[in-house]
Amino acid sequence: MQFSGAAGKMQFGTMATFDNPPQAQPLPRTGPPPSDDLELVEQAKQGSLDAFSKLVNRYDRKIFRLTQHITGHREDAEDALQETFLKAFSHLKQFHGDARFYTWLVRIAVNESLMKLRKRRTTNAVSLDEPIETEDDFLPREIASWDPSPEQRYAQTELREILDRTIHSLPPIFRTVFVLRDLDQLSTEETAEALSLSVPAVKSRLLRARLQLREKLSQYFRRETMS
Amino acid sequence: MSCRKLLSEISNYLDGEIELTVRQELEEHIAKCPNCWVIFDTTRKTVQIYQGCECEPYPIPVSLQTRLQEALRKLCEESQTKQD
Ligand SMILES: [Zn+2]
Repeated sequence: MQFSGAAGKMQFGTMATFDNPPQAQPLPRTGPPPSDDLELVEQAKQGSLDAFSKLVNRYDRKIFRLTQHITGHREDAEDALQETFLKAFSHLKQFHGDARFYTWLVRIAVNESLMKLRKRRTTNAVSLDEPIETEDDFLPREIASWDPSPEQRYAQTELREILDRTIHSLPPIFRTVFVLRDLDQLSTEETAEALSLSVPAVKSRLLRARLQLREKLSQYFRRETMS
Repeated sequence: MSCRKLLSEISNYLDGEIELTVRQELEEHIAKCPNCWVIFDTTRKTVQIYQGCECEPYPIPVSLQTRLQEALRKLCEESQTKQD
């Protein structure tokens, strides 16, 4: 079955196809695995470098992905990672265990990354709470359907390159929230906590990030032949 | 539910953070509005593709790991001499 042209009240630019049955399934989510972070933090507070190194090994890759996505710059990302863990170690006494250790770490990593970003962009300051509400960027322009698994058209490394490049094309506010929520699988509340944003602010940024990514990815994933 | 309202609820829907009545309205809407169905479906796929491909972050370069370990050891020694 196929419809074409604009349907509904919105004015969309492209043709729509309607040959998938609407099955609306929410995405499955998994919570963080149980961990002995707090135990290791306690030992590290007593001066155990071993314990702290275990925490580093546990989270360095995720922190690195975060600093890479925020800074968009390899060298800055490496420095931000290094400074995150050094700062965490020297300020460990300020962590009281009222949040997850990882959330606390993310908070430091985001600050370090934003500082790097600001240094590169001397013209205007980069902030996580700059006003973003415009009506236009919210409305979809690209309404083409995708194949069921359009990512399979690409080799793994090529796909990853596309995905990384597309994340980097988002404003820092959007890509940070997207990485924390959708890649790191932090909860909305944890993301709000880590970024010092309100819950509604996190939700609105996540929505916009996802819609913008969808829009940008459409050129790679849209169905090529219409028969 | 209007198309615009639907757009603003897509994220909440995907995250299961949505009231039952709103969820039902959304499902009814995408069943009869082809454009919104496409937007809904491709947004869901966007998130799924990212989660499928980026779930394992790249490993840290060994040089960076070494640099970090050395810096930590130095920091640790400094704080211990301060305490003594
Ligand atoms: Zn609609």
